[in-house]
Amino acid sequence: MKIVSVAGNAGTQNSRSNMKEMMGKAGINDIDELFGDIPEGIRIRGLDIPPGKSEIDVERKINCILKGNKSFDDMPSFLGGDIKPHYVPPAVRHIISRSEFYTSYTPYQPEFSQGMLQSMFEYQSVVCELTGMDAANISMYDSATALGEAARMAKRASRKDVFLIPRNISWEKKSVLNNYARSAGIRIREIPYGEDGKVDLSAVRGEGKEIAGIYIENPNFFGLIDDRIDVIREIKEKTGGLIVIGVDPLLLSIAKPPSEYDADIVVGDGWMGNPMNFGGSRLGIFACRKKYMRQMPGRIIGATVDEDEKRAFCMTMQTREQHIRRDRATSNICSNESLCAIAFVAYVSLMGKDGLKNLAVENINKARYVSDRLSSIGFEMPFGTEFFNEFVAIPPIDAGELNSKLLSENIHGALSLEKRFPELRNALLYGITEMHSMDILDKMVGATKEIVGGKHV
Amino acid sequence: MYRMANYDEPLLNEMEERKICKEEQIPLPDKIKRSDLDLPSLSERSVVKHFIHLSQMNYGVDTGVYPLGSCTMKYNPKILEEVARTDKVEHLHPRQHESTLQGSLEIIYKLERALCNITGMDAFSLQPAAGAHGELTGMLIARAYHENNGETRREVVIPDSAHGTNPASARMAGFDVVEIPSREGRVDMDALREVLSGNTAAFMLTNPNTLGIFEKGILEISREVKEVGALLYYDGANMNAIMGKARPGDMGFDIVHLNLHKTFATPHGGGGPGSGPVGVKSHLEKFLPVPRVTKEDTHPEMYRLDYECSHSIGKVSHFYGNFPVLLRAYTYIMVKGSDGLKESTERAVLNSNYLMTKLVGKKYVLPFGGRRMHEFVISAKNLKGRGIRALDVAKRLLDYGVHPPTIYFPMIVEEAMMIEPTESESRETLDRYAEIMNEIAEEDADVMRNAPSNAPIKRIDEARAARNPALKWSDF
Repeated sequence: MKIVSVAGNAGTQNSRSNMKEMMGKAGINDIDELFGDIPEGIRIRGLDIPPGKSEIDVERKINCILKGNKSFDDMPSFLGGDIKPHYVPPAVRHIISRSEFYTSYTPYQPEFSQGMLQSMFEYQSVVCELTGMDAANISMYDSATALGEAARMAKRASRKDVFLIPRNISWEKKSVLNNYARSAGIRIREIPYGEDGKVDLSAVRGEGKEIAGIYIENPNFFGLIDDRIDVIREIKEKTGGLIVIGVDPLLLSIAKPPSEYDADIVVGDGWMGNPMNFGGSRLGIFACRKKYMRQMPGRIIGATVDEDEKRAFCMTMQTREQHIRRDRATSNICSNESLCAIAFVAYVSLMGKDGLKNLAVENINKARYVSDRLSSIGFEMPFGTEFFNEFVAIPPIDAGELNSKLLSENIHGALSLEKRFPELRNALLYGITEMHSMDILDKMVGATKEIVGGKHV
Repeated sequence: MYRMANYDEPLLNEMEERKICKEEQIPLPDKIKRSDLDLPSLSERSVVKHFIHLSQMNYGVDTGVYPLGSCTMKYNPKILEEVARTDKVEHLHPRQHESTLQGSLEIIYKLERALCNITGMDAFSLQPAAGAHGELTGMLIARAYHENNGETRREVVIPDSAHGTNPASARMAGFDVVEIPSREGRVDMDALREVLSGNTAAFMLTNPNTLGIFEKGILEISREVKEVGALLYYDGANMNAIMGKARPGDMGFDIVHLNLHKTFATPHGGGGPGSGPVGVKSHLEKFLPVPRVTKEDTHPEMYRLDYECSHSIGKVSHFYGNFPVLLRAYTYIMVKGSDGLKESTERAVLNSNYLMTKLVGKKYVLPFGGRRMHEFVISAKNLKGRGIRALDVAKRLLDYGVHPPTIYFPMIVEEAMMIEPTESESRETLDRYAEIMNEIAEEDADVMRNAPSNAPIKRIDEARAARNPALKWSDF
């Protein structure tokens, strides 16, 4: 009989003698009897991975591997492209570090999960206020899968199957969207963008009655703010398609909510309270108008009362979901990004409405400061200055050369657009936020000036 | 006994506001400028107090036993939180130059290799953000595989005991779902043979299944599925039952998804973020999502993001998956190591069998014969004579300060209670849990039906929530 040692492994706690007794009660002599149903030919003796290490060794090893990363703290970065660095107030981390939150699961037992449920309800409320929508779910995996689910929902709601997207959204979003849409029989069509860098809404007019939905980003992938509210309304009237708007929640603190241009579904990157995390462990915002709420994917929290008529919260409209509706569910989603939603609502409540507005203004002002400075050293701004916290700029020298020289000075340059948008030769997409102090901005501009200086006086 | 805190905690919008600070000039054209924004303005002190109160009205694994079947609510070692919350993890932009991402790429590469070893698969993608997302990815790969063979196969076969995500994911990937009945808690081979055809794209199977029963006929199942040219898909939700003892790759599975938040101890976060990596055998590797992480054996080694995969299904996540969850899982594997992982499995299965022995009897009956593994499903149907249902047992458990099992799933068991104690719980905890379960089965039916009386709220009116949805604070 072989009983393995207990030594030092977090998470297990029965002593060897205790285990022996338990085996006796369970009617076995050897632990392997428990695995007797596994055909003998495929049983293995162990795994071909290294033996366990002490926590101190593991922590050192992991930290050593991670030294191969250069974080924003090591090296300021000016990358745009759907994700930008933002500050996370320390209180947010403390709130989501409460292990009653982070070690719980989906609130199947509402009486023991009121804390999580109320926080989720508050998240939904905040998202609805920012977007002007009537209902929000508790989260999608990210903004790309949120867009995929929005396209599927537009098809369900409209029973039509063409979904229009701007040509200038990120390649990653298009790829994810394609995976979500194609299998639902949705045909994706791209709308070109105009010389102003904004999606050419005139190209949408006149399209037939087959349009399930139209996706528009505001701010768009190039950072531009769209103020063509009336045109979007007109398009909706003409095509009958659902209007799906991709948002940055921060811009919504100062700009009109998509409800005011008749949006039906709002999606977006729910970065608030969540660090960049190499692109993952964030959330996808998903909100819609009341008339479509029973078509929504994902978990939704509702308010109700308990037997004493006391206010209480629970998961609701579950008949849409996979654990009840199985293959006729609106989506397969089960685990989502709940803890990131708690971080989001904690962030919004810590910032407050004025804090958010002021932050949005700071983002705009800093981005415009940089664009002005770059203009003055010979950069071309192809799409003007009506942008939020990202903008496209074309340097007077080769963009690749500029970026590699900046990198050697420990500055990560902006995102090169040419690979995915060959027509934008030599263009860079800058992302500027509150994380960029004036010192950091001036340092980058100064270094850039030095580098391009030889070519442009 | 445990008592959960009970505050009359207001909603954020009902809390007292602090003074408004100076507002900046808004540099937007009037046409697009927002006129009003109804969000609270609160002090940090108020916000922290609010959420601490709410956290105290929530039950997690750290609070106590949480034997939610099929969810593997094991203890989440604290070192996993330490390593994931550093600037090297959090302050990393996904579009940075490869040379500045070597740490994260190395973690991804090494975790993929470890998962290959653990499951017996040849290649992994860590991009899916949750189990169901992994299922969808797996089904998209199955479709791409058949299309690449010039075939249009429309059906995915799934046992009636499967998780709801299986049929939902297959449908999302564009397949028709064919459900087959179980026989004595296992796959009915005759029913399976009857539906398998040249139109079958895949058979999705959880092994051990949701009853905690290992599909003994797995090798025969595999032969039958391959005979018709279909793929065998492994739902890894129950991997905690076999890790270190057997590998899905050796059973003939072509595609596997794992739930890192279950088997690999990353916290569930109240419903995410999770992670649902997908592993495949070599003949399917070329269909995996991009980018793949590759290694160049230069000095020093260089890890790369490879997008040039001609048959790839493309992307399923915006970037590379939930990286902090991946890092936690890799840390867990390092701490546990080969022996530790195997031992966890043995302890999980022993705990389950021990608790089952203490529960099965006249009050709770075990449907179907044979062994159980890391979880088991009992039926509370014998209590129905006294007017007590599984729901009442679950709610009464709350009064005793413990989390109930999963109830009414799988649907093939009447008054089902699905119990998965995991390896984390001590014998004393299991003894106490069994004691409570057995005691309350004899309690007065009225007390049971009125439970909980010891939680922050009484039983809740879920029907009303669904009938008249109030989904935000302005709906009151």
